[in-house]
Amino acid sequence: MTQVAEQGTSVIGKKVLRREDPALLAGESKFVADLDVPGALNIFVLRSTAANARIKAIDTTAAKESKGVVAVYVAADLESEWAGPMPCAWPVTADMKNPPHYPLAKDTVRYVGDAVAVVVAEGAEEAADAAALIEVTYEELPAVVDLEEAAKDTHLVHESLGTNTSYVWELNPNPEALERAFSSAKYVVSERYIQQRLIPAAMEPRGVLAIPSPIGGDYTLYSATQVPHILKVMAALTLGIAETKLRVIAPSVGGGFGSKLNVYAEELLCLALSRRHRRPVRWVEERSEGGQATIHGRGQVQNIELAADENGKLLGVRVSLIADMGAYLQLVTPGVPLLGAFLYHGVYHVENYGFKAVGVFTNKTPTDAYRGAGRPEATYAIERAMDALARKVGVDPAEIRRRNLIQPEQFPYNSPAGLVFDSGDYPANFKVALDRLGYSKLREEQAQRRASGSRRHLGIGISFFVEMCGLAPSRVLASLNYSAGGWESATVRVLPTSKVQVVTGTAPHGQGHETSWAMIVADKLGVPLEDIEVLHSDTAIAPHGMDTYGSRSLSVGGTAVHLATERVLDKARKLAAHQLEVSEEDLEYSSGVFSVKGVPGKVMPLAGVAFEAFTAHNLPDGMEPNLEASVSWDPPNFTFPYGTHLAVVEVDEETGKVELLRYLSIDDCGNQINPLIVEGQIHGGIVQGIAQALYEEAVYDRDGNLLNPSLADYLVPSAAEMPSFELGQTVTPSPTNPLGVKGIGEAGTIASTPAIMNAIVDALSHLGVTNIEMPASPERVWRAIQDAVAS
Amino acid sequence: MYPSKFDYVRALSVDDALEKIASDEEAKFIAGGHSLVPLMKFRLATPSLLVDIGGLHDLSYIKDEGDHLAIGALTRHTEVEHSQLLQAELPMLSYVASLVGDPQVRHRGTIGGSVAHGDGASDLPAALLALDASMIAVGPSGRREIPAKEFFKGFLETALSPDELLVEIKVPKGVSSWSYKKFNRRAQDWAIVGVAAVKNGSTKVAFVNMGSSPLRSTGCEDALRSGATIEEAAERAAEGIEPPSDLNASSEFRVHLAKVLTRRALEELS
Amino acid sequence: MKVSMKINGVEYERDVEPRRLLVHYIREDVGLTGTNVGCDTSSCGACTVLMDGKSVKSCTVLAVQAEGAEITTIEGLAEPDGTLHPLQRAFQECHGLQCGYCTPGMVMASLSLIKENPGLDERKVREGLEGNLCRCTGYHNIVKAVLQAADEMGVKA
Repeated sequence: MTQVAEQGTSVIGKKVLRREDPALLAGESKFVADLDVPGALNIFVLRSTAANARIKAIDTTAAKESKGVVAVYVAADLESEWAGPMPCAWPVTADMKNPPHYPLAKDTVRYVGDAVAVVVAEGAEEAADAAALIEVTYEELPAVVDLEEAAKDTHLVHESLGTNTSYVWELNPNPEALERAFSSAKYVVSERYIQQRLIPAAMEPRGVLAIPSPIGGDYTLYSATQVPHILKVMAALTLGIAETKLRVIAPSVGGGFGSKLNVYAEELLCLALSRRHRRPVRWVEERSEGGQATIHGRGQVQNIELAADENGKLLGVRVSLIADMGAYLQLVTPGVPLLGAFLYHGVYHVENYGFKAVGVFTNKTPTDAYRGAGRPEATYAIERAMDALARKVGVDPAEIRRRNLIQPEQFPYNSPAGLVFDSGDYPANFKVALDRLGYSKLREEQAQRRASGSRRHLGIGISFFVEMCGLAPSRVLASLNYSAGGWESATVRVLPTSKVQVVTGTAPHGQGHETSWAMIVADKLGVPLEDIEVLHSDTAIAPHGMDTYGSRSLSVGGTAVHLATERVLDKARKLAAHQLEVSEEDLEYSSGVFSVKGVPGKVMPLAGVAFEAFTAHNLPDGMEPNLEASVSWDPPNFTFPYGTHLAVVEVDEETGKVELLRYLSIDDCGNQINPLIVEGQIHGGIVQGIAQALYEEAVYDRDGNLLNPSLADYLVPSAAEMPSFELGQTVTPSPTNPLGVKGIGEAGTIASTPAIMNAIVDALSHLGVTNIEMPASPERVWRAIQDAVAS
Repeated sequence: MYPSKFDYVRALSVDDALEKIASDEEAKFIAGGHSLVPLMKFRLATPSLLVDIGGLHDLSYIKDEGDHLAIGALTRHTEVEHSQLLQAELPMLSYVASLVGDPQVRHRGTIGGSVAHGDGASDLPAALLALDASMIAVGPSGRREIPAKEFFKGFLETALSPDELLVEIKVPKGVSSWSYKKFNRRAQDWAIVGVAAVKNGSTKVAFVNMGSSPLRSTGCEDALRSGATIEEAAERAAEGIEPPSDLNASSEFRVHLAKVLTRRALEELS
Repeated sequence: MKVSMKINGVEYERDVEPRRLLVHYIREDVGLTGTNVGCDTSSCGACTVLMDGKSVKSCTVLAVQAEGAEITTIEGLAEPDGTLHPLQRAFQECHGLQCGYCTPGMVMASLSLIKENPGLDERKVREGLEGNLCRCTGYHNIVKAVLQAADEMGVKA
């Protein structure tokens, strides 16, 4: 059921300003590169300039003699440091091929950017100077670059595997029925789309600082990471350090978008070298280096087929894709296609469904989760294909969607891929969006413009997405072979002075959890926001956590905070009842004060309860001292945010340039804790998706050279290229968690790419254009027009 | 990113700058540094000595000298952009300066630095070429004036000899109409193709990023001289020009863009 | 060589190599780490500071070139008592930052933009911030913040 957000006295749903901001705005917040420790060594990682080559020789003589150099290491020198290879936590199939991967490449380099040597020096400049003196002799082999070529195994990325295929993963509940759906269909559309590789480009490059305490045996690792908890476990295993001896801290982290959801060679190198040299070791990534050394996103060739009846109603959806793993499997590389595998029918009801993904190795930077991870790819394919179906059936793209939307009464919706969509009213959301845009008026304007012979074409793009968030129910993760759970933990404690401490296992890096979690607690406890502190991202302070990615933090971590607060309140109520000598049922709690029903003046504020819990002078029998509770929450299901995104573009037929005139979204992320933050997430997500449609691509040449690792060549858009956005909402609370929230971190990115591409194709459809590859550069658009006009 | 090591001296006067640059074959002048420092950070330029002329404030001026305007080489882009004199007498130059890089770049970069760097992808050199500007250089053998047409030689190569310093740019007045079309994907980037069209008696058309150096469109200019229509002249815009291919555009697309943008620029002139 | 400059009103002199970039001088030699480095091609603007009142990318200026200059960094904006500058406040009020990494440069670039351009409107703000990249906000709220601050600082048309 669609509702308007409730306006109450609660802080929930208010645009509360972020408490993170003053320190960030004053330049006080510390990012890893801002941290230095007396006596720290600096390292420089020398990277391969060849995509696929045998290392014939590495001459480090001159580098070792260079000023300030302490040591220079190649792979063989550090073998004794590793208790195991770098981790891949998602073996998606039992027979998945996962070649051993170590921080430095031994004998063979497999992508441009593969680490071949590390210089340890006193200063960062000195390390860089010395690295320039290292001479590596490569015997180059043919590079495996193209995905479909890679699948043919003509040349191999890992010779020992005998194939470039890492895995084949299939979901096909009823192959015969799917086959029948296609053979009986009136309409079948077969589309092929390319998901180009993207460079995540968080504004803060990665950075690491490892501080050893050699005699005591402890290590502290500062890293610009989204996953301090996962990193701690994985680094401990990889380096043979007891988990109890390793503390990981993510200080202020400047964005991640998935790129910092990993365990990287440099984190392990800094730790290992700090152990070997008994001194702190620092590394700060350079931007152009990061283009090669930090994971890429997307990278798929998608084939999607839709079968539909004479009215354009879907009968079946069949998807087959090749996914680019890059040279190695990083933390969750093989799992990314699976995060989309269940969603290729989008918001549309269909009975028959089939999906197949083939993961292949290439001589390129490893891919991994990038904002949306799997779901943008799925949404792109189905939303582009629905437009293709509309063209085939000869109806408006809005109409083809209306005919196929899952209806409100179908919720909870058992999807053909085996999911249970939690809640939604898709037709209502869709209508709000089209009405607010003035869809039919724009169609008229488009028709008039076409009639006038204008060469500036108007296009309207529709994208209606649903995604799965709240990664994830642990049991579901088990069924997908994921090597960890999907719970989140929280501790809430009321301190003796009645200040409240919240400890969360999430690891924010721009999402404002300190503000939102405080709001959740303030709402429940009725204490002022400023009395609540939120602690996170330090494994010594927040020992349990599954970190931040996949739009999971609010629906899983926020729920844990909510539940822990409830438990604290339950205990406080028991204690207050004891102190006031009444039964719990006689108590009311409001604005931080327990009062006895019908007895004015008989009250006990939370502060008093907290102090009693602290002194423990007069507790009920059996009650432990202190007002504190910890919760680990494992969600019973995913959450399913959805929404309609609409783009209006103008395409200059002569130059191929696309101008984005308007962008409107109506998102439904369930209940909103802080609409200010929700809107911010949507804005940023939209631009990241637009960037895929119009600007960004990690371009490789035939030899496997990345041609645009820098921000001068990799086109992250600026304010000048973007319009302001028109945002609206519907609210369908999720029944999956007590907050009724769904998640919003990735929605914009998931939705906007197909909205833009559908708009461009829509603008040019009367010229015969049916597809343009991304990014839709002026030249690509121009060529698509030339080709269409010619044929 | 750390440049490799170099020595550094500050020039106290033009003569002093010439003396210092002559002392080291691998020396380079630095003014705003916005062409040089980025190259040095990637160690694509490794001068052994930098002679900083940034303190020669005498070289920062915009003067009306009757039939032409004189712009000191150290005049920053932001000053060219906001100069009332230029906005009145030569608005095209102010406009083109406003399109260079971004505000931060314009606050530091100088017109002389941009011209001496001679990058075919830069806006100002092509604009100055269309404006029939000339460059005043001072060297051991004195002062000389080099017409823009002879100044830009090839990829990052100009008529300046290593021991010469560009001190002034002279731009003739008398522009009756002009147009500048910069085509790019992001505002801060270099032009994929830029077209500068100037009517000053005859019509001149110059291109940004259509070759290794800024280029005049002889095909278009010839056509216009012989009375061709705008469409015909624009069609000949890229005659004899083989533009580069890069990530943003193929050579073929650049040729196409040059024609379209030239037509649009000429339409604005008339 | 000895390089001295005034940063946020305080005179500093440090002995550095000529190759020292201004951003490293500010961050490492002086220890003001609010100014960030986000790229290596003068593209992102995270390192933007004011040099003699105007925004520059401190990764593209040699420290020696800033000899005698007056530099303002993000640390120099708030009042000594901690009161945020109207521009900083507007960024918070409009939610113009998320991870906050581009923010110091974005704020310094915006300050220069506001001071130099009376009569800012949305288009001019967007174009004026062409040299500053943000990956989180989609710019929507940054533009709002700059317009709000310009208004408050009394320089909007």
